[in-house]
Amino acid sequence: MPTRTIAGSEVDVNDEGFFTDPSQWNEDMAVELAKESGIDELTDPHWTVIHFMRKEYDDKGTGPTVRALGKTSGVTVKELYQLFPKGPAKMAAKIAGIPKPRGCI
Amino acid sequence: MAHRIVILGAGTGGTLIANRLRRRYGDAEASITVVDQDDVHVYQPGLLFVPFGLARPDDIVRSRRDQLHKGIAYVQNPIDRVDIEAQTVHLGDGTELGYDLLVVATGAALLPDETEGLTGPGWGEKVHTFYTLEGATALAQSLDAFDGGTLAVNVVDMPIKCPVAPLEFCFLADWFFTDRGIRDRVDITYVTPLDAAFTKPVAAERLGGMLQERGIELVTEFNTGEVDGEGGRLVSYDEREVPFDVAAVIPLHGGQPYVGRSPGLGDELDFVPTDPGTLQSAAAPNIFALGDATNVPASKAGSVTHFEGDVLEENIVRFLAGQDLDASYDGHANCFIETGFGKAMLIDFNYETEPLPGHFPTNVGMPLLKESRLNHLGKLMFQWFYWHALLPGRDIPGIGADMPRAGKQTS
Repeated sequence: MPTRTIAGSEVDVNDEGFFTDPSQWNEDMAVELAKESGIDELTDPHWTVIHFMRKEYDDKGTGPTVRALGKTSGVTVKELYQLFPKGPAKMAAKIAGIPKPRGCI
Repeated sequence: MAHRIVILGAGTGGTLIANRLRRRYGDAEASITVVDQDDVHVYQPGLLFVPFGLARPDDIVRSRRDQLHKGIAYVQNPIDRVDIEAQTVHLGDGTELGYDLLVVATGAALLPDETEGLTGPGWGEKVHTFYTLEGATALAQSLDAFDGGTLAVNVVDMPIKCPVAPLEFCFLADWFFTDRGIRDRVDITYVTPLDAAFTKPVAAERLGGMLQERGIELVTEFNTGEVDGEGGRLVSYDEREVPFDVAAVIPLHGGQPYVGRSPGLGDELDFVPTDPGTLQSAAAPNIFALGDATNVPASKAGSVTHFEGDVLEENIVRFLAGQDLDASYDGHANCFIETGFGKAMLIDFNYETEPLPGHFPTNVGMPLLKESRLNHLGKLMFQWFYWHALLPGRDIPGIGADMPRAGKQTS
């Protein structure tokens, strides 16, 4: 299992850089991860999505799909793509420190 | 007291489980009531053939009521909501149906209105879907009049019913325009939100290769945000565009709206959270679900529903007898993929095992992941089995609920 150092702490990640243990995450890491993904500043709507993703993961054991996010997070799908342009579900999951969403079949 | 069994939906799942349970229980043991809003049972695999003039709408429609065995009550009425606590179904006309055991088998709903522009200008003229009888019929007229340009086939988002159908549509379109002698004047583009032609890796590679061989362009990771019928453009959320002259769009799917009106029954997309093995819902122990209405991680397809029926019958009988549920569905699915020019391919898989090459159900059976004329005949013949074996709840010889491993090349 690979590890990496984010915001001064060592965390467990998978090959694609997704956290494998969400409890190792903190908000400083989110800021750094966002910068790596090309988001210079995390605004309030970004944080809304990030906290929502973590709560969904806690409740259901997997991050939500973009469509489910659009229906339940209070942020529309269009806005989600503006906030996380490279694909909201994956990008926000990475920044929020939860494993890669399983997605649909 | 007889058990009161209420089954919501008289499509593939509702019909087959009603017929199986009726055979299982005498009238004194259980009453069985099936509810649906109309009397039109569509053989959905047949919809694929309608746009190409290979099936007429009349060929694939029968009465819902007529598929139900004697001794099953049929109530034709829309469903308003389910009151889980009171164990009551509220119908559109105010009627209330009490139940001891409820089966949700109302399938998936198409939600074209959820995509910007999809049902706007051009809908039914140059923007179509073949997932409804009306849509497939209108598309047939469009394709008949088509004399060149770009045909875009677009899956808006997963999950959809029969995930291979859009690919089959592309293959048949390739055959159709070749047959009419205008293939060189037609561009076919397959536009998908997935990162490949299909969900499962081995089949995705094979199917992707088949698109390439046929000169069909593949556009991946395209999350459709808008369908602009007037301008002839699909626009993704990340602002890419795919032009079209005619578009066959597979709209977003969800569960039925009444599920959303029934507190505690569905998830955010109105599908019913269901145990993937036992098919018992998370909503209540006496509510079960099968087919497209569930959230189980299997394809939304008739073959899944068919194999689930076996397990569900056993578990309902055990539940009503106060026993543990021990029957378990393994996610088995198989389907014929029509590939054009009178050929088809067969795939067979479950929750754990992706579609692999080989033969089905054993080494001497039908070829898997490979085009053949035999598979095409199998696909055509299947309609007969559907009405005469699958819906009546009879087993199809040699095809069991568990996925067979013999004949599959696993490495």
